[in-house]
Amino acid sequence: MTHILLRHRDIPDLKNIEVYKKNGGFESLKRAVTAMQPKQIVEEVKASGLRGRGGAGFPTGVKWSFLPDNIWPHYVVCNADESEPGTFKDREIMESNPYQFLEGVAVSCFAVGATEGYIYLRGEYYHIALYLDACIAEMEKRGYLGDKLFGTQTSIRLKTHLGAGAYICGEETALLESLEGKRGQPRLRPPFPAVYGLYGKPTVVNNVETLANLPYIIEHGAAGYRQFGTEKSPGTKIFSLSGNVERPGNYELPLGATFRELIFTHGGGIPNERKIRAIMPAGASSSIIRVDDESFDKVMDTPMDYENVQSVGSLLGSASVIIIDDSHAMDWVINKTIDFFKHESCGKCTPCRDGNYWMLHLTKRIHSGQASENDIKVLDSVAAQMYGKCLCALGDFSTMAVRSAIERFPEDFKVRQA
Amino acid sequence: MLAEQYPDEIKAIFAKYPVKRSAVMPLLYLAQREEGYIQKESMQEIASMLELDVTEVAAVVGFYTMYHDEKAGKYRMQVCTDLPCALRGADKFMESLCENLGIKVGETTPDGLVTLEEVKCLGGCDRAPLFQIQDGDKVAFHENMTVDKTMELVEALKKAQD
Repeated sequence: MTHILLRHRDIPDLKNIEVYKKNGGFESLKRAVTAMQPKQIVEEVKASGLRGRGGAGFPTGVKWSFLPDNIWPHYVVCNADESEPGTFKDREIMESNPYQFLEGVAVSCFAVGATEGYIYLRGEYYHIALYLDACIAEMEKRGYLGDKLFGTQTSIRLKTHLGAGAYICGEETALLESLEGKRGQPRLRPPFPAVYGLYGKPTVVNNVETLANLPYIIEHGAAGYRQFGTEKSPGTKIFSLSGNVERPGNYELPLGATFRELIFTHGGGIPNERKIRAIMPAGASSSIIRVDDESFDKVMDTPMDYENVQSVGSLLGSASVIIIDDSHAMDWVINKTIDFFKHESCGKCTPCRDGNYWMLHLTKRIHSGQASENDIKVLDSVAAQMYGKCLCALGDFSTMAVRSAIERFPEDFKVRQA
Repeated sequence: MLAEQYPDEIKAIFAKYPVKRSAVMPLLYLAQREEGYIQKESMQEIASMLELDVTEVAAVVGFYTMYHDEKAGKYRMQVCTDLPCALRGADKFMESLCENLGIKVGETTPDGLVTLEEVKCLGGCDRAPLFQIQDGDKVAFHENMTVDKTMELVEALKKAQD
């Protein structure tokens, strides 16, 4: 199919502003600012069914409509903190199709009445921040950002901000704390950012991929957008494919494409004549899908959208599909994921801080073959007790792989005989 | 003093935000530029610029992994060993790097050039093994790496020093 988001794969040198312009670039922003009312854009995005691409899948237009009309200023903050193990999609958009992304951020600013937009990038994306700064300067030079856009009274300014290595800052309230110059720890909600966000003002926080969809939606309308994907999950999605697969990388497919299409048609299958043993469709935060001879066809034919991945016991999340072949055991896998979450837990709430500490001890012990049967029970019980009791989703995420691994791969958790 | 060293950059940083405190992260990167770590005096200076207590600045330094408050090698070589990278051999890659550099994870080569560190996901899972090199306030990615390519890079960095 042709790409909506990864258009640079169809159009060479799209990151050159002149090339972007020649290919319809900035027409959507112009149309939004000169010929549409902000509310009209919110309605169009609602009608398009666009859902947040950062992982939660919340309808974007609905999120925008929560901003109150009587508190100003409004802010747009773009979440470019992409840090989920297995996720590398926002990076490709920003590196290779930066103007479409920035046009999308500008459209969202206009839609919610924000004159300032911040792009919060993870610190490791230092090179991308520098690059986006240069792109923003080009747009300002040509009157696509700044004051009096297209001869109207509209002002929109975009700025980048670099994080410094903290996965938790992908959580929207932690991100706002970080942008305010504090430690990146989540806020208690409510109030939600739509009402009390950056500097205590109404704020929209959207993921890079989400915003990169907007120019297309403005140009083709909700109906045009809905020609891709499914009724409940419209549009295309970038799937980041990694792990034991022949051709890892980003693949933009309509939502509802199957695992088979992603892994075999595009990803080239599993190298070294190995078989797939497990799939983590939402990065390290996933419940692990078991793949064996019995379940293979069912899993492979499952459409990857926000609803159907649940039928095989997991979630789509940010669509970071990690493939694990049959040379790996799940006690090793969860030791890896817990090592990650233990490091990234922000320490604010006790269940996540202490839970991950103990889960790391236990997974290490289990993986090294030193565990008793009781250790496995304790691990499952710690995870079960954390779930639903943490301040933000990170705590819940950390338990997903652990519990699903113990339940679905019991053979990997048999206590080894001395 | 940062204020004397980087007056224009500091001005540009403050112009970005309506609230001063937001400048703390970019200012800390600035403070890390020369020596690769943030000295107590810099934290103090940033605190007074932002009308914060120095502990509030130190709390930010301590929270984020890319800020350092201790001196290390000129280049911090930070290898990702998270699950997707590990599935593509990152753990073995790290082991051989240790052997070739003659140091353990967390240690610095005797010439003070490279500190080898293990980090969490860098967002390059399809190009593993990979690492980033943190050099003061700058970061550079090195992807699809082999041990040989890495050792060549280390040699080049060494030559650039001499």
